[in-house]
Amino acid sequence: MAFAYLAPTLLVLAGLLGYPIYQLVLISLYDYNQEQVSGNAPLNFLGLGNYQKLLSDKQFWTVLAQTVGFAAVCVAGTLLVGTALAVLATRVRAVPRTLLFLAALGAWATPAVAGSTIWLFLFDANFGLVNEVLSGIGLHGMAGFSWTYGQWTAFGLVAAQVIWCSFPFVMVTLYAGIRAIPGEVVEAAALDGASTTRIARSVILPLLRPLLLVVTIQSIIWDFKIFTQIYVMTNGGGIAGRNLVLNVYAYQQAFAASEYGLGASIGVVTTVLLLAITVVYLRVLKRSGEVL
Amino acid sequence: MKRPGRTIAEIVTVLVAAVVAFPLYWMVLAAVKPADEIVSTNPRPWTLRPTADNFVHALTVQNFGRYLLNSVLVAVLVVVAGLLLAFLAATALTRFRFRSRTTLLVMLLVVQMVPVEALTVPLFFLMKSVGDVAPAFGLNHLGSLVLVHLAFSLPFAIWMLRGFVAAVPVELEEAATLDGASRFRFLWQVLFPLVAPGLVATSVLSFIHAWNDFLFAKTFLISGSDIQTLPLALQAFVKPDQNDWGAIMAGSTLMTIPVLVFFVLVQRRLVSGLAGAVKG
Repeated sequence: MAFAYLAPTLLVLAGLLGYPIYQLVLISLYDYNQEQVSGNAPLNFLGLGNYQKLLSDKQFWTVLAQTVGFAAVCVAGTLLVGTALAVLATRVRAVPRTLLFLAALGAWATPAVAGSTIWLFLFDANFGLVNEVLSGIGLHGMAGFSWTYGQWTAFGLVAAQVIWCSFPFVMVTLYAGIRAIPGEVVEAAALDGASTTRIARSVILPLLRPLLLVVTIQSIIWDFKIFTQIYVMTNGGGIAGRNLVLNVYAYQQAFAASEYGLGASIGVVTTVLLLAITVVYLRVLKRSGEVL
Repeated sequence: MKRPGRTIAEIVTVLVAAVVAFPLYWMVLAAVKPADEIVSTNPRPWTLRPTADNFVHALTVQNFGRYLLNSVLVAVLVVVAGLLLAFLAATALTRFRFRSRTTLLVMLLVVQMVPVEALTVPLFFLMKSVGDVAPAFGLNHLGSLVLVHLAFSLPFAIWMLRGFVAAVPVELEEAATLDGASRFRFLWQVLFPLVAPGLVATSVLSFIHAWNDFLFAKTFLISGSDIQTLPLALQAFVKPDQNDWGAIMAGSTLMTIPVLVFFVLVQRRLVSGLAGAVKG
């Protein structure tokens, strides 16, 4: 009886998640490109050939470094903004707090593609508000300045957009966490003569540590696999691919260059890296007492 | 208690809220601005001549109405199919004791950790072969998107629903059986309405995921412009130069509003659900 209820779900999950995972590994072991797909050339088993090619490819290492660096900036920014605003929210009355939460909810809810186009418009070289304002206050060089042209300004712009739409999760979670700390604990510390900074450092921070770890790792996982924002805002990875991150790189190798085997092997590398982060995540969850 | 600095904190809070909300305001504003005000070198943060031109242009000339329908179709099918499957699976996993139950539960957790973005290549070829058998679910058809998003959303939906099903007392089922209700009838007329609040939260999340998806739409819908979804059409709109920003912002607005409405509707549940999922 139970299996009759479970059968459709198991079928869908096995077919559309289980099988593709197996196929991902399999394809990554073959020389698989346009000729093989159309059947004009025999399948050629390479073993770890694609991985060798990848590891000896200078661009792969550049892309990996960019991915790590980009994710690091996004995570740091998200946590900094999210934490600061969560603390701020605990210190104000309901009306300003509701305004802040509504605004954050809006940023959170905005679809990635729409959010990317809005930020592109704000930072447009000719009609963007930011350039108008900057040149208006005397920075005349900013009129017509292209934010998406330079490698670092483009990365910075995408990072700002990512932080904008991901800090609300951190803010809301930490705000709930701070609110869940019993008032007596803080009062007791205050009665014992602890200063505000001392209470923050020695009482609130240790109590929030599990939650902080969880939002940090969650942010790392999200920002490591960013695809949409980079793809839309840098038009597929920037000029000559200088704004590529792993997922966009894998997509371009597979579907633009028809190097499906190589694209799959990048997918495997991404998965392994993310699974490693996830294992850490699960250990944190376990230590903080979450029951499975 | 006296709070020095609270006024400053409140002013800062309101300013931050304004900055965070500003991109959305600018989007809606540009969407209703007449064309000459958008390309003006002196952009004003308001408009005295609001117009629907940009929406009309986006919906008719750029065919956005069609893409909107496509996106709605995909998201609704994912939600409905996901509800049915997740409800049945969650019932099986809470109401029945069988040997592989724990294994299945752990597997549901583990598959949530798989970065689905890495699966584009195998899924592309899978959809290619599916298309040979059932064209409606193959490449270049919206069915392919329904299939993958159904699979991606199921593990989390089942996981969320489990708690709601478990909260319904077993006595209720016994009572229904005594009253002569068949198993089927109990399932759909008693249990299903009772877990509806849980269904709302999971449905909204599945809807948003399917609605926002760009990567898989980009991978599966490669030819034929009529089958595009909103994110795909919106991205195709953005060109390195010569953008029709009014129409793009109208399109972005059309894409953002439904999600925004859903988000506000379920925000309490969403926030407490998320906080519950990560509580320390």
